Amino acid sequence: MDATILGFLLLDGLQNGVIYGLLAIAMVLVFAVTRVILVPIGELLMFAPLSLVWLLEGKVPGTLWLALALGLVWAGLARGRGAWGPLLGALGLSALFFLALFLKPLAYVAAVLLVVYLGVATYRVFFQPLREATVLSLLIMAVGLHVAYQGLGLVFFGPEQFRPEPLLKGEVVVGLSWQGVLVLLFALLSVLALYGFFRFSLYGKALLAAAESRLGARLTGISPEEAGMVAFGIASLLAGLSGLLLAPLINAAYFMGFMLGLKGFVAAILGGLASYPVAFLGALLVGFFESFTSFFASAYKEALVFLLLVPALFYQSLRARAVEE
Amino acid sequence: MLRVEGLSVRYGPLEAVRGVSFHLREGEALAVIGPNGAGKTSLLRGLLGLARTEGRVALDGEVLVRRSPEDLLRRGLVLVPEGRALFPGLSVEDNLRLGGFLRFRKGEDLRPDLARVYGLFPRLKERRGQLAGTLSGGEQQMLAIGRALMARPRLLLLDEPSLGLAPLMVREIYRILAALKGEGVTLLVVEQNAKVALELADRGLVLEAGEVALEGSAKELWQNPKVVEAYLGLKREVGEG
Repeated sequence: MDATILGFLLLDGLQNGVIYGLLAIAMVLVFAVTRVILVPIGELLMFAPLSLVWLLEGKVPGTLWLALALGLVWAGLARGRGAWGPLLGALGLSALFFLALFLKPLAYVAAVLLVVYLGVATYRVFFQPLREATVLSLLIMAVGLHVAYQGLGLVFFGPEQFRPEPLLKGEVVVGLSWQGVLVLLFALLSVLALYGFFRFSLYGKALLAAAESRLGARLTGISPEEAGMVAFGIASLLAGLSGLLLAPLINAAYFMGFMLGLKGFVAAILGGLASYPVAFLGALLVGFFESFTSFFASAYKEALVFLLLVPALFYQSLRARAVEE
Repeated sequence: MLRVEGLSVRYGPLEAVRGVSFHLREGEALAVIGPNGAGKTSLLRGLLGLARTEGRVALDGEVLVRRSPEDLLRRGLVLVPEGRALFPGLSVEDNLRLGGFLRFRKGEDLRPDLARVYGLFPRLKERRGQLAGTLSGGEQQMLAIGRALMARPRLLLLDEPSLGLAPLMVREIYRILAALKGEGVTLLVVEQNAKVALELADRGLVLEAGEVALEGSAKELWQNPKVVEAYLGLKREVGEG
């Protein structure tokens, strides 16, 4: 292996690793606030680029109907004044999609906002009513949604793979496209923005507080429901943007979310589903590990990545304390 | 200000509180004393809507049917719970600022309140940047009270504020509570340590097996032989250990 190949592998690992990292951070955040292991995050990611492709071709993607249907259920659950939020959101989203059919640049915004709306609605409709349930019930719901959303992806978009046009064309050097640079920049900005949000804003601290003590949060007027919606919103935003930026590099298809989400999950587990920096570093490790194994033992690439889980879980089990539900 | 009539709290088949009635006037301090398992904490939980209840709770003449901590917080009713429910991974100052979260959302400035809490608890000011989880028990209790004050309570509910604290710290906490009472904050203190609670309170309520066993002014309860024997006599073992 010479220096060029090493460079390729490192760049490839970094590019994938930062996306796994963002997904891992999103999963840690959602778990801390709501105790939900967000398995369907990969599907939320997948909805973004495929909806974009549909919009750019002048078609309305089925994801919009899914979002509107969930939005109606959400409004029904909220009742009274609380129903206005989801209804206005659904109206705004529909208007945005209509405009995006004619004004192409709006399609990018529409695709991301759709995923955010879908993510928040998913929490409100499927997870919030289960707020007193055990982590296991929440996990079963999450796995069910993952399967359902992947199936819906197949129904909405068919089995083909799509490669949307990159936002930036061309390559900086051989092996590193401008789109890849965009992915790295986006990851860097996201991490900085999240750090700033949790470090300096009282809203960010309120979200951390809701994760630390449910009773304490209620007693200080931080609504757990709102905290959950914000956590899902942030996670969906990260997933949607990641999907849009990544799709031109790796192709978009209904099945793309599964592997991405699972690798984000591996990274999140490396961080014990608790530490943001360790989860992110774990994700980079997963990325590098994956790119090097695909070079040396490509047939076993995925298997070796998931093998990383074994020592991570073993380590977690050694230092695990009894967890109260 | 607060009127409670026939409040019962049930956990499944178990009735922890049975038909308790009492009232609180503006600026008054009420002590609820009684042995472990008498239903003191359940009474507070029921009051705040954290448990299933029957009976009527009226605040300022308005009956509160579906109660929640968030709703009562907006009406100026703030609980300092047993176990404190702090945010251990956040700094002392962040814990305090989050106590005023609802007011912050309305665009109010929290700095004067922060200065006031630091004035009451200089110890918290010294440790403002420290994580709440690393504080001593007494400091955590100060922080829990300080956090509640950030919401500008009209009625402060305290659940066992002396539990697990050294005698000196108990005195310090109750000195602050007396100062708050002097400022016009209405207090409801649930306490096993009957001595310190009755020193602070205007009136007292003795809870036994979920029912009101005795009720009267703090002075009367001080002089009641039953109370003296059952609760004040035990003061060395209870709460001050």
